[in-house]
Amino acid sequence: MSNRFQSLPWRLRGLRSATILLFAYLYLPIAVLFVYSFNGGAMATIWEGFSVRWYGEVLSSANFRAAATNSLVIALAAAGIATVLATMAALGFRGRKLGGAGLMMPFLSFPLVIPEIVTAVATLIFFISIGVPLGLVGLIAAHTVFCIPFAFLTVKARLDSMDETIERAASDLYATPLKGFYYVTLPLLWPAVMSGFLLAFIVSLDDFIISLFLAGPSSTTLPIYMFGMIRLGVTPAVNAISVVILVLSLAVVGVAALINRFNRI
Amino acid sequence: MSRSAYNPANRLRRYVQTLPAVLVIALLMGLPMVMMGFVSIVERAPDGGVHWGEFTLRAYSNFLFEESLMGGVELNTDYVTIYIRSFVLSGLTVVGTLLIAFPAALFIALQPQERRNFYIFLISIPFWVNLLVRNYAWILLLRTNGLIDQALIGSGIISEPLDLLYTDIAVAIGLIYSFLPLMVMPLYAALEKFDFSLVEAAFDLGANRIKTLFYVIIPGVRPGIVAGSILVFIPGLGAYVTPALLGGSKSMMIGNLIENQFGAARDWPFGAALSFVLLIVVALAASARILFGGKEKHL
Repeated sequence: MSNRFQSLPWRLRGLRSATILLFAYLYLPIAVLFVYSFNGGAMATIWEGFSVRWYGEVLSSANFRAAATNSLVIALAAAGIATVLATMAALGFRGRKLGGAGLMMPFLSFPLVIPEIVTAVATLIFFISIGVPLGLVGLIAAHTVFCIPFAFLTVKARLDSMDETIERAASDLYATPLKGFYYVTLPLLWPAVMSGFLLAFIVSLDDFIISLFLAGPSSTTLPIYMFGMIRLGVTPAVNAISVVILVLSLAVVGVAALINRFNRI
Repeated sequence: MSRSAYNPANRLRRYVQTLPAVLVIALLMGLPMVMMGFVSIVERAPDGGVHWGEFTLRAYSNFLFEESLMGGVELNTDYVTIYIRSFVLSGLTVVGTLLIAFPAALFIALQPQERRNFYIFLISIPFWVNLLVRNYAWILLLRTNGLIDQALIGSGIISEPLDLLYTDIAVAIGLIYSFLPLMVMPLYAALEKFDFSLVEAAFDLGANRIKTLFYVIIPGVRPGIVAGSILVFIPGLGAYVTPALLGGSKSMMIGNLIENQFGAARDWPFGAALSFVLLIVVALAASARILFGGKEKHL
């Protein structure tokens, strides 16, 4: 494979520089943001020396902490519920084709294809009409919905590639279905369940539009808090908030990637 | 497990397992969509909310006409302009991401397996960074006397700030940046499976690079191009964050107009109608994939 198309590259010159440009475009803005979050000055884009003072200010702000707590609570609850529901569904669809599966399965990825703003509008109208107060509970419910596809697709992909013979062996050796599930299926499936959960967790953590519509005054999430700060002005504090959010998501992605790497069978 | 799938108790268990997830989406997403359609055809209440019993198509006629102060009906093109701008900007985003992503996806597809995975991993990372954060980074770059101005003025290329922020150009840059990974992935998936001996054959038969690209490679990966275009076009059309952060008052897109109906304007039926139209456009775009996408399926 390493000498795939050895005769081609000289004919396709220019591709390497195009790729370098793509990576520069993707990473330069993030790198710039990262660097300027350590700017000691009072202006967001005028460098005045290294300092972590803005991180100190941001992390000690009560509003920031409240928003961060809300975000984590919502993400934990929504991703948790979504992962349980999605894993159950993925297991249910396994094996002999279930009547109605052709209709139900695409339905589970439905939230992925609807523009977020439409979901936000529809959910707001729904909640107000049936009297669900704007706040944490509503946010968790709404987040659970769009978290389901991420967990479902991850777990289902793993189930599809899993070797059924091991489970069959367990039942041949007189394991009850429950024992077989607990001692054989679940350990094999666990990494996928975990990475599904983590993906759902990030998606919930990062959600902005749906949360903006559904959050009450006391249930501000991190992205909403950040958006409010940007509206007030582009300041070094916003740089620091951005980097905190960025690091949080990337840390979760990193853990998911590690789980996948160490559990590939 | 699968052998016991034939007995009815087992079937029942499987339904009980799958139903909760399906019901959650049906109740918390399907039902609200239906309700949204309903709200779009009833009379608005002045304080936000609606009068449920009074049906009207005002929200839809509002899109083109408004009542003038004299009580007559006048043509109002403001909203159509916003829709057209959204389509143009999303179209530009598709073209922009395609032009940037295609050469890179081709390059990556020609690399040895391990390096390919690494590149793709690198491209997917920014996608997991919060959309707000990614767009905010461009404020630092684009704003007047921001980092691009500083760099260009410092190197003597320009003498005056470019004033890029809060323009349609800034929105286009932000949209392309936001959705670029969505274009790279399906393009790469198609190019990776492409049989490059066809390219060698084309060269051997005397085709030049341009001809090879347009007559051999592009037709071969068309499903990937269609999939990528739709994956980029749909979120581009519904974009809220990018125009809100990088656009000015004159670069409003559909998403901002909708949000406005639930904030300052307090016109729920109109907001619901705008969302409903957006939903239909998206459904049409998604079915375009079935029409033009060829046989192959991609994520």
